[in-house]
Amino acid sequence: MGKILELKDVSKIYGDLHALSHINLTVNEGDWLSIMGPSGSGKTTMLNIIGCMDTPSEGSVILDGVDISRESASGLTKIRRDKIGLIFQQFHLISYLTALENVMVAQYYHSMPDREEAMEALEKVGLASRAHHLPTQLSGGEQQRVCIARAMINSPRILLGDEPTGNLDEENERIVVDLFHRLHDEGVTLIVVTHDPEVGDVAQRKIVLEYGKLAQDVDQRATFSGVLKL
Amino acid sequence: MANKRRKMYLRMVTSSLIRRASRLIIAVLAIAIGATILSGLVTIYYDIPRQLGREFRSYGANLLLLPKGDARISRDDLTRVREVLGADRIVGLAPYRYQTVKINEQPYIIAGTDLPEAKKNSPFWYVEGDWGSAAKPDHVMVGREIANTLDLHIGDTFKVLGVRWGQAAEASGQNLSAEENRGRDEGDQNFSRRFTVCGIVTTGGAEEGFIFADIDMLDELVGDSFRGDVVECSVVAGAEEMDKMTAELENRLPGIQPRAVRRLTQSQDIVLGKLQALVLLVTVVVLIITMISVSTTMMAMVAERKREIALKKALGAENRFVIGELLGEGVLLGIIGSGAGVFLGFEFATRVSLNVFGRAINFPWLIVPVTIVVFVVITVLASILPVRKVMDIHPAIVLRGE
Repeated sequence: MGKILELKDVSKIYGDLHALSHINLTVNEGDWLSIMGPSGSGKTTMLNIIGCMDTPSEGSVILDGVDISRESASGLTKIRRDKIGLIFQQFHLISYLTALENVMVAQYYHSMPDREEAMEALEKVGLASRAHHLPTQLSGGEQQRVCIARAMINSPRILLGDEPTGNLDEENERIVVDLFHRLHDEGVTLIVVTHDPEVGDVAQRKIVLEYGKLAQDVDQRATFSGVLKL
Repeated sequence: MANKRRKMYLRMVTSSLIRRASRLIIAVLAIAIGATILSGLVTIYYDIPRQLGREFRSYGANLLLLPKGDARISRDDLTRVREVLGADRIVGLAPYRYQTVKINEQPYIIAGTDLPEAKKNSPFWYVEGDWGSAAKPDHVMVGREIANTLDLHIGDTFKVLGVRWGQAAEASGQNLSAEENRGRDEGDQNFSRRFTVCGIVTTGGAEEGFIFADIDMLDELVGDSFRGDVVECSVVAGAEEMDKMTAELENRLPGIQPRAVRRLTQSQDIVLGKLQALVLLVTVVVLIITMISVSTTMMAMVAERKREIALKKALGAENRFVIGELLGEGVLLGIIGSGAGVFLGFEFATRVSLNVFGRAINFPWLIVPVTIVVFVVITVLASILPVRKVMDIHPAIVLRGE
């Protein structure tokens, strides 16, 4: 598998604060990477830079062969649209659209809304029967699954999850991790920021950030199962 | 392909409005109230000339037609005058024929006229008793001054004597006997008739010195065909229109000299101008207030939907897409609000018209699309500044997990 992402000496500096400091990281296509660390360690900053929602102060980020650290705001928007799938801790579904429409929104901004494709995506996450429900009519776990379907609808190069199980109970956490496992099996590259050691441990690889620096880089392939043990 | 995108766009915009209706009710109300006042005032603005024009007609005739030199105004002339003035503008058109008569050997003037038309021209006359009519030609109205002089009351009769048309009067002779003098008054060249007083006219003006009778009866009495010595017209028209009408009348009826009563038409124009300026001013103020209200609501809407906007940008929406959606919602709000407002505005205008002028109002249908377009433009203009805030929303900051 080739490299899909490469961070070279990446730093993010806010005034005197070094949110990220000289990070070097390579992620191969199809990898499942967990980013862990205490609050304020720079996990989300790193995810935002990888997800083209922020730019590094120093260093370069090569995503799918493109140096995104040199891209303009509109260039980053295009890359985000074409190559990134985002999953949020708080789901961020549009409240006045149904589950199906929420998935179609991502298609709309990417290329062309396709009802059948969106329905298939919902079927994949087991929510075909809830397609016409509004987010307020869905449980937290169901909302997160809609969020995953939305993130996957445009076949992104990388799926980024920011605390995707942070707001879920154990049952839903297991469902979401199972979905990640299936996506990983399909060859999707997954990068998941998590506080939860159990979610972090199911990935193939785990990095730990501390004070903006890469403190650990653990290869978990030997113990990798992709299944959450609760 | 583009069709699918358009459908999705419409679905997003309409869903946002329908499913967030409770939050947008203030904006819709602001637009609806603005549109109500705007369409109402504009309806009144355009109807004021008609309404006030008729109101001003209660001050009497504003156009007099006089014969030039020895010419006489015929019935054909009246028909052409009606054509020039336009039936819908004429409130009343009353020809007058003046005939000197004697009552108790004292000279008086009978004004023969079309009594129903004279009534329309003179709503300010106070008539005690009844107006005369062609159906009862012997029943006449007398001016208050004559009634006082001759001690006439409603129902009293009096005899008039006069000289027929084209005949010379023979003066009474001092050396003739009373019988001979009476013979001179009642000869073939003379007429006499007894009338009954059906009404006494009080105007505070010259009219109190006249006897008002049906013009056809007077023509027959004097033995002549129709002759108008003067025609009084009450016409709904401003000063400018009146000038045009008089010019056309002079052009088409060379034997007639039209004279507009400028004092009336000019004061009518002044009052109308001031009222219309006031309505225009209020309309502009309402539009500004509506813009401020919509702008504030849109500002609150953008702030409230910061996360949603950030999410759309995170999903790859460019600013122009998000701005287009919010403006689309603004357009729809404008259509809904102004659509409701325009009909409420008509109701408002009708009530104002009934209460102030005592008349129903004409609904100018053009006001519907015009109001809707104006309010859509206003909503879009009012939304531009708040919606530009979209550009300042950074998804990474807004969507940060907790």
